[in-house]
Amino acid sequence: MRHSIKFLLGDEPRELSSFDPTMTVLDYLRIEERRTGTKEGCAEGDCGACTIVVGSLEGEKIRYQAVNSCLQFLPTLDGRQLISVEDLPDSSGALHPVQTAMIRENASQCGFCTPGFVMSLFALYREGAAAGDPPELETINDVLAGNLCRCTGYGPIIEAARSMHQPAAGPDHFEQNSAATVAALRAIQDSQTIHLTGPDGRQSFAPTTTDALAEILAEHPGATLVAGATDVGLWVTKAQRRLDPVIFLDRLGEMKQVNETATTIEIGAAVTYTDVERMMADHYPDFGEIIRRLGSPPVRNVGTIGGNIANGSPIGDSMPPLIAAGATLVLRRGGERRQLPLEDFFIDYNKQDLKSGEFVETITLPKPAPGSRLFCYKISKRFDQDISAILGAFNLTIRDGKVASVRIAYGGMAATPRRASGAEAALQGKAWTRKTVDRAVVALASDFRPLDDLRASAAYRMQVAGNLLVKAYLEAQGAGVETRIIPYREAAHA
Amino acid sequence: MPDQIKGGVHQAVVHDSAAVHVSGQAVFVDDMAEPRDLLHAYIGVSERPHAKIRQLDLAAVGAAEGVCCVVSAGDIAGQNDISPTHTMDEPVFAEAATEFIGQPLFAVAAQTRDQARRAVRLAAVEYSDLPAVLDLEAALADETLVVPAMELKRGDADAEIAAAAHSLKGKIRIGGQEHFYLEGQVSMAVPGEGDEMTLYCSTQHPTEIQQSVARVLGLAANAVNVRTRRLGGAFGGKETQAAMFATVAALIARKTGRPVKIRPDRDDDMVMTGKRHDFMAEYEVGFDDDGHILGVRYRLASNCGYSADLSEAINRRALFHLDNCYYLPSAAMKGLPLKTNRPSNTAFRGFGGPQAMLVAERVIDEIAFALGQDPLEIRRRNFYGSSERNITPYHQTIEDNVIPEIVSELAESADYVGRRAEIARYNSDSPWLKKGIALTPVKFGIAFTTKYLNQAGALVHVYTDGSIHLNHGGTEMGQGLMTKVAQVVAEEFQVDLDHVKITATSTDKVPNTSATAASSSSDLNGMAARQAAQTIKARLIDFAAKQYELPPDQIEFLPNRVRVGNQEFPFPDLVHQAYMARVSLSATGFYKTPKIHFDRQTGRGRPFYYFAYGAAVSEATIDTLTGEYRIDRVDILHDVGRSLNPAIDLGQIEGGFIQGVGWLTSEELVWGEAGELLTHAPSTYKIPVCSDRPRDFRMKLLEGAANRENTIYASKAVGEPPLMLAISVLHALSDAVASVGGHRVCPRLDPPATPECILAAVERVRSAAGHD
Ligand SMILES: Cc1cc2nc3c(=O)[nH]c(=O)nc-3n(C[C@H](O)[C@H](O)[C@H](O)COP(=O)(O)OP(=O)(O)OC[C@H]3O[C@@H](n4cnc5c(N)ncnc54)[C@H](O)[C@@H]3O)c2cc1C
Ligand code: FES
Ligand code: FES
Repeated sequence: MRHSIKFLLGDEPRELSSFDPTMTVLDYLRIEERRTGTKEGCAEGDCGACTIVVGSLEGEKIRYQAVNSCLQFLPTLDGRQLISVEDLPDSSGALHPVQTAMIRENASQCGFCTPGFVMSLFALYREGAAAGDPPELETINDVLAGNLCRCTGYGPIIEAARSMHQPAAGPDHFEQNSAATVAALRAIQDSQTIHLTGPDGRQSFAPTTTDALAEILAEHPGATLVAGATDVGLWVTKAQRRLDPVIFLDRLGEMKQVNETATTIEIGAAVTYTDVERMMADHYPDFGEIIRRLGSPPVRNVGTIGGNIANGSPIGDSMPPLIAAGATLVLRRGGERRQLPLEDFFIDYNKQDLKSGEFVETITLPKPAPGSRLFCYKISKRFDQDISAILGAFNLTIRDGKVASVRIAYGGMAATPRRASGAEAALQGKAWTRKTVDRAVVALASDFRPLDDLRASAAYRMQVAGNLLVKAYLEAQGAGVETRIIPYREAAHA
Repeated sequence: MPDQIKGGVHQAVVHDSAAVHVSGQAVFVDDMAEPRDLLHAYIGVSERPHAKIRQLDLAAVGAAEGVCCVVSAGDIAGQNDISPTHTMDEPVFAEAATEFIGQPLFAVAAQTRDQARRAVRLAAVEYSDLPAVLDLEAALADETLVVPAMELKRGDADAEIAAAAHSLKGKIRIGGQEHFYLEGQVSMAVPGEGDEMTLYCSTQHPTEIQQSVARVLGLAANAVNVRTRRLGGAFGGKETQAAMFATVAALIARKTGRPVKIRPDRDDDMVMTGKRHDFMAEYEVGFDDDGHILGVRYRLASNCGYSADLSEAINRRALFHLDNCYYLPSAAMKGLPLKTNRPSNTAFRGFGGPQAMLVAERVIDEIAFALGQDPLEIRRRNFYGSSERNITPYHQTIEDNVIPEIVSELAESADYVGRRAEIARYNSDSPWLKKGIALTPVKFGIAFTTKYLNQAGALVHVYTDGSIHLNHGGTEMGQGLMTKVAQVVAEEFQVDLDHVKITATSTDKVPNTSATAASSSSDLNGMAARQAAQTIKARLIDFAAKQYELPPDQIEFLPNRVRVGNQEFPFPDLVHQAYMARVSLSATGFYKTPKIHFDRQTGRGRPFYYFAYGAAVSEATIDTLTGEYRIDRVDILHDVGRSLNPAIDLGQIEGGFIQGVGWLTSEELVWGEAGELLTHAPSTYKIPVCSDRPRDFRMKLLEGAANRENTIYASKAVGEPPLMLAISVLHALSDAVASVGGHRVCPRLDPPATPECILAAVERVRSAAGHD
């Protein structure tokens, strides 16, 4: 057991032992460190003004990822490097190439969003630094999907992104100092469970093995598990809940693994979206696209499928594709494990089949069966970085003009993500024709009573649910006509 | 020596704060070093849209951890009113009754912001509900008004419509818009000695904050100083509505003798503050066989929320823009500023103009569909002329019309005709995705329509080392005003821009200022600053002429130096000499816009000094199965006169355009049945992101377009007009929808055009056209 956290603030080591375990990194920077370059625009992960970059040791290298500091709790910095906009200039005070590009392109107006954009672009710069090529527009759009700017209209920022890699500039100081930084980070890695007690007595744990997690949770069955905190963070910043105790999952090794067999994909519940996207896009291109559109890079860099499932929202994006693909869960309590089909996990609105002291350990889905295809469509008011009004996932195998197998699941159509059993029955074994599809569309009306809320009316959801099935039919036919506003983008998942 | 200064007018200079923006060193109010003993305030608000407050029990609030002070209406020494136009309908804290969900009832100050936020949740409020008017439709039924209805009239519209070969009627519902400034509302009040109070406030209108604070605290204005270095965006949302927060901070600072900061959480900010007015317009138009408009009758109802705020001026500007670029031989226009139990809707880029232009463009569209013509053709036929057909419904003669030229040039460069044909081909081959294209024009009147506001002051000092200190009444909120005015001063003195120090707007330096609004701030403050500079320059010339016994015309300001007869002095040298000779090197400047006047009784006058013009062509694709859309290409040609700074102007055009696109597409304000705002955070209220920017986006400034009026270096205002270029996007979407009905049925696509709204329009057009 360790009773403190250790991290680097820029290049400076920090060790903290008594603090509120759900203090956000943003508050830490602004209030404790008086680093006010990082801004608060929403305190809910949607605007990006608070974007920071977190460096994590991966082998001999440091992986730099943009994160929303407003949702991240301080203990998640353990063993990492926290980089805020103040760290970007080099020791002589010379601005970073990302910063000079932003100036050159007139990319700031009011300047409030600017540090956040700089940090998102800095993460891209670090990732792409070796290549030195100007990033594609698609990449820029993806990287900036979590940064709102109300002033510029984005054009100058895109230009800054395109022109920031100036070969003449040479390696930036992060690259120059990387050996020292790697050494400094290595010095603060260990596999001890962290146990902290805040000034008001609230406790938090950060275990590194699944067994340790199981044990701690068995001892504190009322604890709140925190994976990426992209849901839990809001309970603190918006509802001002005082969580106690908190168990952080981000240091778990095993639950951050993806294991592939010949026929299955097993995803640890603490695997982030970012780490699963490429693999998913390879097997299920449309599901990969759903993940690409889920939140923004800072959300995907920490958010997990396990958290999405455990949170159980009727509009969570990963569930309909997983259900349609036939995913199962492994739930664990202490040393006991049980397995169940994902669709059975969701009992009712906000009610999951998760016992006290139990947690989601892994999610397993089959690889696509030969001849099958998974079609997924997410419909939202804004294309990128928005919550679904409705999401439809259709897993179809057509053989000899007949529907050999079908699994259909929707989000936004009921209090939980759910299968469309009536529509499936109307299709299963039938001739794969528009007529059959139309019958299945009719059956949807008895499968669901859709949500009616600020994202869409129930009537719209019902109509679109049917139209999406039609769309899947059209695309499966391969009629050679355009059916998507934004076609599937191979480049996006590279 | 270079023969041109660095950073003079017409140069594409970067924003003066760019380097501090990108490095995180720019100081916004919440970033300032916090004074010792600072308290953090938070406001407790009403949970009912309209109710008597039977009891406000704040005992638990006062007893909460860290709380030092609780204030409510009874603690106000002066007037419990912050109404900007003195309508006395906007209390700091509601007293007897509350009029909207989110209305301030009390405030608390604690050691930390977290404690203050927690404490306000502990209030026990007993309400007894009163009948509430929750939306525009309900208000329209009762015709409850916040300010009197208003009218504009020219000719006999009824007779013209009745006599016309064709006529039609319809209505359009137009959604509101949240400002979504990235920096939320924030103020810090620091008490001084005696009754002095200094406020650091994110406001577009420091003078109004000064007056409001003085009024609420019962002080003379000279006791209050308000400073604003920069705002993290405002867009009209911090013109009047910053007062709600600033006065609370000042009130608690007065009561406790300690500095107080207040910064609402984003969700609370969105719930408490007003937005762009949503409108409902009914139109009736008579036109001839060629689509020439002969007469219009408009009834324009706006949702003002619970108080007058700026709604009178906003509704008036709306009426003034119901013509857009079109000559209306006869017109009868009525504006109904309606009262509802909602936050008080307020200024937002365009100030009523955008909603009115949407109505004008809808009417053009209706005529085009009725006659089976391309809407662009109908637009062109109805444009104002230059020497005839040039009188507006408010009887101002348009003297600077360039819209026909702009539209011709743009239609040509964007290949409107060719692309329309291409789109028709695409649509006939594409059963599910459909494309549309539209060109819409903009004419926007420049000047505050409230005459006395068209004045500005500036203060310029030249120090003995030749460095220059610049101050004026405008505030910097990202629009680049400070940079532009500094360019003007640099140009006047012929010194490089980096010799001019930009300083925070401050009511003790330049008093009695107008809001930074109405797009006019460079026009007004640029002129005032130029005048101040000219005063000092004249003194320097006078001094040099006397000193060197030369006629004044022998003194010439060259780049960074001054020629005095046959000699040249570096600028600082001459300044120093003047100082030694006891010449004053500080001056104020003042400017008031000439020519403008308007008589509200008769509805006649010249409310606008000049007009800014522009046009845009947009192309979009919709998915007829889901209503999703994408903007494929946008071409803009915009008139900024002779640009003071092309980089900043292009930034305003693009930013304004995208903000307009958000308003007309993804930005949907949804209200619950109890009158509560449901979309009160960026998770539910969706402004455009990077990928919403059209992939192919081409912007151009109109060339050779010096302002005909005597404005600052022949430039034109640019803040608001480009927002309305986004109307072309709504019309492109509508055009795509119309294709499913063979362009026979006007889609009447009301904004915001969300996917749901587009899909509904597709269905409507299909069934009306008898397709399906
Ligand atoms: C800006 C933003 C955009 C978003 N966009 C989307 C979107 O487009 N689509 C979408 O679906 N969601 C979206 N979300 C929601 C959120 O990102 C997802 O639900 C995410 O998957 C949650 O994962 P997490 O790791 O952050 O979970 P956390 O917030 O850490 O936890 C969520 C819940 O799961 C529990 N939990 C976590 N892990 C486990 C486990 N292993 N076993 C048991 N319980 C566990 C937690 O206790 C908590 O109750 C968005 C969120 C934000 C802030
Ligand atoms: S403050 Fe908006 S994303 Fe963090
Ligand atoms: S520059 Fe103002 S929000 Fe981006």
